Amino acid sequence: MNSDPVELIQTPIRLEYNYTPGVSRSRYLQGLIGGRILGERCERCHKVYVGGGSGACARDGIPMSDIVELPHVGTVTSFCVVNVPFAGATVEIPYTMAAILLDGADIPINGLIQEISADQVRMGLRVEAVWVPEAERTYTDTIRHWRPTGEDDAPIDEVLKRMRAGA
Amino acid sequence: MAGAKDTEVLTALHVLEYPYKRSVGPVIGRFLTGLRDRKIEGIRASDGRVLVPPVEYDPQTAQELSEFVDVGPGGVVTTWTWLHEARSNNPLQKPFAWALIKLDGADTALLHAVDAESEAAMKTGMRVKPRWRAERAGHILDIECFEPEA
Repeated sequence: MNSDPVELIQTPIRLEYNYTPGVSRSRYLQGLIGGRILGERCERCHKVYVGGGSGACARDGIPMSDIVELPHVGTVTSFCVVNVPFAGATVEIPYTMAAILLDGADIPINGLIQEISADQVRMGLRVEAVWVPEAERTYTDTIRHWRPTGEDDAPIDEVLKRMRAGA
Repeated sequence: MAGAKDTEVLTALHVLEYPYKRSVGPVIGRFLTGLRDRKIEGIRASDGRVLVPPVEYDPQTAQELSEFVDVGPGGVVTTWTWLHEARSNNPLQKPFAWALIKLDGADTALLHAVDAESEAAMKTGMRVKPRWRAERAGHILDIECFEPEA
């Protein structure tokens, strides 16, 4: 038997739970399975939320009234370069996770940026969704990543101003 | 809410798991090393009490503690609760008791499982002794559980 003093112990923790996304996020996920990005508009402030929230406007506290289909194109408003590998990761480092403001939306969604080196990613970069083929889509794997459209960058100051207006 | 009636609400099993390793420090390290050798050690506090499991600093004065004291291996159940259905991560895969056990020579109680025949076989004040694992690794579960003294 080992005679070294004990310095470390394994203390794994594990939590199994059932996650119920609720009506709004369920609809968002079902949209993605079908290749559509669905947002919701508040009838009072006219903001369009996307990403499947609570189904209520965070600002006005009322149920969202309209479902809005959004284009698969947007602007990077913020990003983070990941340089640290972790267990179970499938993407080669360094890679970039970005907040992407879809055209017509007022809140960004998160996405993985690929097909551009991490040091080239910038605020204002125009990106489009690259989808998992329809037959292979699952609720956790729908948009594979986002890639540059090749357009000129969006005027980021204006984009941010518009996004924050009335916030 | 928009389209609420048309939306099938989803549900999915999520598993959150972290394979943490924890550094135990010199005092708990020594306690765990002792378990590997089938030895249970407490530590003497500034007021003379023997604390099991041992702690690095005195609970009253925060002074560093260093006087290890052999305790047990037998002890007395000071309080307990019966588990009718074991969970997958429990030390015993059958109904058992979680108990606070004051080992002989100790002034505080250690939490561990007690393998008793039934709830009716459990009693506050009963004497128990450790059941050691054959393969020990320096872990609290080197004591598989406690069992009633014959």
